Amino acid sequence: MEATMNLKDKDFVPFKEEQPNSSRVVVYYDPKSNGTGKRPARKEKVKVEKLAFYYGTKQALQNINLDIIANEVTALIGPSGCGKTTYLRIINRMNDLIPGSRIEGKVLIDGEDIYGPEVDVVELRRRVGLVFQQPNPFPKSIYENVAYGPRIHGIRKKSLLDEIVEESLKQAALWDEVKDRFKDSALSLSGGQQQRLCIARVLAVRPEILLMDEPTSALDPVATQRIEDLIRTLASNYTIIIVTHNMQQAARISDTTAFFLLGEMVEQGKTSQIFTRPRDRRTEEYITGRFG
Amino acid sequence: MTRKGISKYTREKAAFSILRISLFLVLLILGIILYDIASKGLGVISWEFLTQPPRAGMTAGGIFPAMVGTFYVTVLAALLAVPLGIATAIYLNEYAQKGSLTRLIRISLRNLAGVPSIVFGLFGVALFVQKFGWGASLLAAGMTLGLLTLPVTVTAAEEALKTVPRSYREGGLALGATRWQMISTLVLPPAIPGMLTGVILGLARAAGETAPILFTGAAFFLPFLPGSPFSQFMALPYHLFVLATQHHDISTVRPLAYGTALVLLVLVFLLNLGAIVLRYRFRGHLQKGR
Ligand SMILES: Nc1ncnc2c1ncn2[C@@H]1O[C@H](COP(=O)(O)OP(=O)(O)O)[C@@H](O)[C@H]1O
Ligand SMILES: [Mg+2]
Repeated sequence: MEATMNLKDKDFVPFKEEQPNSSRVVVYYDPKSNGTGKRPARKEKVKVEKLAFYYGTKQALQNINLDIIANEVTALIGPSGCGKTTYLRIINRMNDLIPGSRIEGKVLIDGEDIYGPEVDVVELRRRVGLVFQQPNPFPKSIYENVAYGPRIHGIRKKSLLDEIVEESLKQAALWDEVKDRFKDSALSLSGGQQQRLCIARVLAVRPEILLMDEPTSALDPVATQRIEDLIRTLASNYTIIIVTHNMQQAARISDTTAFFLLGEMVEQGKTSQIFTRPRDRRTEEYITGRFG
Repeated sequence: MTRKGISKYTREKAAFSILRISLFLVLLILGIILYDIASKGLGVISWEFLTQPPRAGMTAGGIFPAMVGTFYVTVLAALLAVPLGIATAIYLNEYAQKGSLTRLIRISLRNLAGVPSIVFGLFGVALFVQKFGWGASLLAAGMTLGLLTLPVTVTAAEEALKTVPRSYREGGLALGATRWQMISTLVLPPAIPGMLTGVILGLARAAGETAPILFTGAAFFLPFLPGSPFSQFMALPYHLFVLATQHHDISTVRPLAYGTALVLLVLVFLLNLGAIVLRYRFRGHLQKGR
């Protein structure tokens, strides 16, 4: 566990080429290394304080205080337009790209203000991976999709790339289906396979946090099931935040659930509590409205 | 469901017929022009015509120096217009904030595209020939043609960039790519064929221009090939202009003029064909996603 945690330190420099076959890389993905049996104490990976967000003059989020616990799956639920995607994209600063947008409040990852002046946004985005609602593989081969991230982060060595691609595809539970067709276009895969490829692509840059924006909304039930299984498996190594429209899905896969409404975070709690004994009347209405 | 008088089906038929007749007329005019030039020009096309300089006061011989000159000047135009045009398009489409400045740049480019080519010619004289001291030369004429092509190139390149889905860009940035990494690895590869298509169409247009090269380097008659970028040169469109209007014996050289026109047309057609082939392959690639 010690080694695993070290790898996730914020100053972890990924992909030192001078140490190929680095044990760090292997250890990181070896499930056994995780096996001291007991989970670490619950610790905040992301802290969000008094967050507000504006698209131009339109306020999309107000006064959000929502902490994300390390190595847990946190589900964000709430009706369309309540700001879930906005919240998610704040955490890897993808919202920076929207002209005229403005943020207030604090977002800390491992205690560091990610909107601070010193922050390297590019490195932040490597640490905080984002899986999009629509699978968006690049128009390249399966192999090149997964190798893309490591390549832009400076890895040239073929054997190391091969290793990362294989590990990432295995982690994303796609390896068996594509191992004989690396050179095929990623666009030749099914929707569910494409989404797992996108997950593999993100895993290949060794993120610490995985953001998933309704990753199964474009998929059929079988593919959805596979992604859900995958998310559960990944949770032991990553901090995962998933936006979902599907409340059964939130109940199945998350440890913590946060309910958003009209740009506010209404309630956050253990998933079992939110779905059985919500404290806020609006949460209850939303949940029962959907279930009943 | 009829309106008073004519039924909508009749209207539909009428509209369709008018459209069809228009198309037919356009094709007919094009056909007549092509037939006219081909029938009158084909007779003079020979090996000598394509490989020899003009002789006997341009009443005999070939047009080889003009072909070579047009080739050189077009290549020079491309050397200016392609990198500059693509870079400008990348800046406008990928980097620039959507503000009043970029809007102004875009409007200027649109207007520049509408400036008559003779004005570009005069500008070329003032800037390249005189200010830069290049004299009337291949280089000055090539740069002038390059400037003429620039608005088209920028617009075409921007259109090509716009066809690249946002999801590629966001996917790349979300993996920690810098903006330039994202552009060079995810946006340019699928956009380049489309850019080249636009560039070739622009160059094909430029290759046939007379006015911009008239004062900047094209020579009335030069029996040898240009030796350096600072030499004057013969060019097909200008040669055609000379044969058709400036020659002392216009009726004698008329067939030669048609032959020159035919060669110029074939050259432009070949360029356009290249553009079409590129675009076709581009579509295929997009569908295969390579
Ligand atoms: N790029 C944008 N520009 C302006 N408004 C936006 C933009 N993206 C989202 N919004 C608005 O912000 C609010 C929250 O959107 P979003 O975070 O996408 O909600 P959710 O993901 O919960 O459906 C919505 O009212 C939406 O219309
Ligand atoms: Mg959303």
